[in-house]
Amino acid sequence: MTAPAVTVIDYGIGNLLNMVRALQRCGAQVTVAQQAAEIAHLPERLVLPGVGAFAGGMAEMRQRGFDDTVRRFALSGRPFLGVCVGAQMLFDVGEEFGEHAGLGLIAGRVQPVPAVTPAGARHRIPHIGWSALVRPEGRASWSHTPLSTFPPGESAYFVHSFAPVPNDASHRLADTYYDGVRICAAVGRDNIWGCQFHPERSGEPGLAVLKSFLEL
Amino acid sequence: MAGIRIIPRLDIKGPNLIKGIHLEGLRVVGDPHAFALDYYQQGADELVFMDIVASLYQRNNLTEIIKRAADQIFVPITVGGGIRSLDDVRTLLHSGADKVAINTAAIARPALITEVSQRFGAQCMVLSVEAKRRPGGDGWEAFTDNGREHTGLEVADWVEQAVALGAGEIMLTSVDQEGTRKGFDIDLLHAVARRVQVPIIASGGYGRPEDLMAAAATGASGIAVADALHWRRTTVRELKAQARLGGLEVRS
Repeated sequence: MTAPAVTVIDYGIGNLLNMVRALQRCGAQVTVAQQAAEIAHLPERLVLPGVGAFAGGMAEMRQRGFDDTVRRFALSGRPFLGVCVGAQMLFDVGEEFGEHAGLGLIAGRVQPVPAVTPAGARHRIPHIGWSALVRPEGRASWSHTPLSTFPPGESAYFVHSFAPVPNDASHRLADTYYDGVRICAAVGRDNIWGCQFHPERSGEPGLAVLKSFLEL
Repeated sequence: MAGIRIIPRLDIKGPNLIKGIHLEGLRVVGDPHAFALDYYQQGADELVFMDIVASLYQRNNLTEIIKRAADQIFVPITVGGGIRSLDDVRTLLHSGADKVAINTAAIARPALITEVSQRFGAQCMVLSVEAKRRPGGDGWEAFTDNGREHTGLEVADWVEQAVALGAGEIMLTSVDQEGTRKGFDIDLLHAVARRVQVPIIASGGYGRPEDLMAAAATGASGIAVADALHWRRTTVRELKAQARLGGLEVRS
């Protein structure tokens, strides 16, 4: 069996090496692209990692021509995975440091994690730490998604102050609860997937998410 | 249910994992990579690497150690020591760090906090604080250079200012308690926790399982443990079991 090929977008910010090493650990043959021009043909799979702020990320994406690459890739039907800010950029608008346009591939906005719990208490923001993934109401299974082998209730690592809020509930792949506040933990639309948590930093269960993505 | 992160802290001098008392009187423990890997395999929630001589030499020497760790360790890594510029941060992130912990340079030029936060996100910008109780017990003073250099800053005020500038997390080390096994400085944790809403990592003084619960009760989001783990007086597994017994949420 040949190693699954995946291209990772390097937009100059973030934990690129960690994503690359995690994908390699999962058996992938990884190519890193720093400019859209380096991607002559649409790759088999595309990963958009993320650490950083929404606006800075989008600015770098545009400057390097990746916004167009990702939009074209999304139409190809091939598997795409955005992580953290990489997942947030899939949405229409981000609200970090002002309002900024995203890639507009999934309808919705990226909004601050609510600072007040349903019980009315303030809690700590950013949301940092391990938190259990659950299936949103109405989603019967994670088959044929990057979460296909992830046991519901297992924890993943989050570090974020903002989270996507999809307009369409069917785009919610997984939720997590932070002191009772529901947060969208993963999204999916057709071939486009996004994780607000960090699969590359979530230990062995996280690596299993990447492995499943490589098998899609 | 509140959660707590169990975070092994590895203080590093040159190629060695070291441990001191009050951040001084250093002893060599061993190879940092072997210890880090063992902690990961035991289920550590994160790891912290601190280059404890970096401020002295004005640079962080951990890039090789971090690169090696990132090859085999798939939980978050925070790196501190001698970070003074956006370039330093970028180098460490590209080596495999997820967050940087900054003390000395942030005190010298607080705008650095904002620059790091805006460029890499607030969650990447960990403010490292070395706190010493003032003589007479009236508050705490922030120190730099492993608790050697006075800054005159009141810890709670400084932390509040740093959070306003963009710090996304606080690693709060009690120099008084550090390496003593006498428990965290609970008053210090309370004093800081009620001033800011960002997560606080309690560091310095872990000795017994009760210390973990006491830190969590102040609202701390994690505890950094060094010599108790390095000298095998406890294990990550044991700490997690203890947290669970106390009703705290920890990952399996």
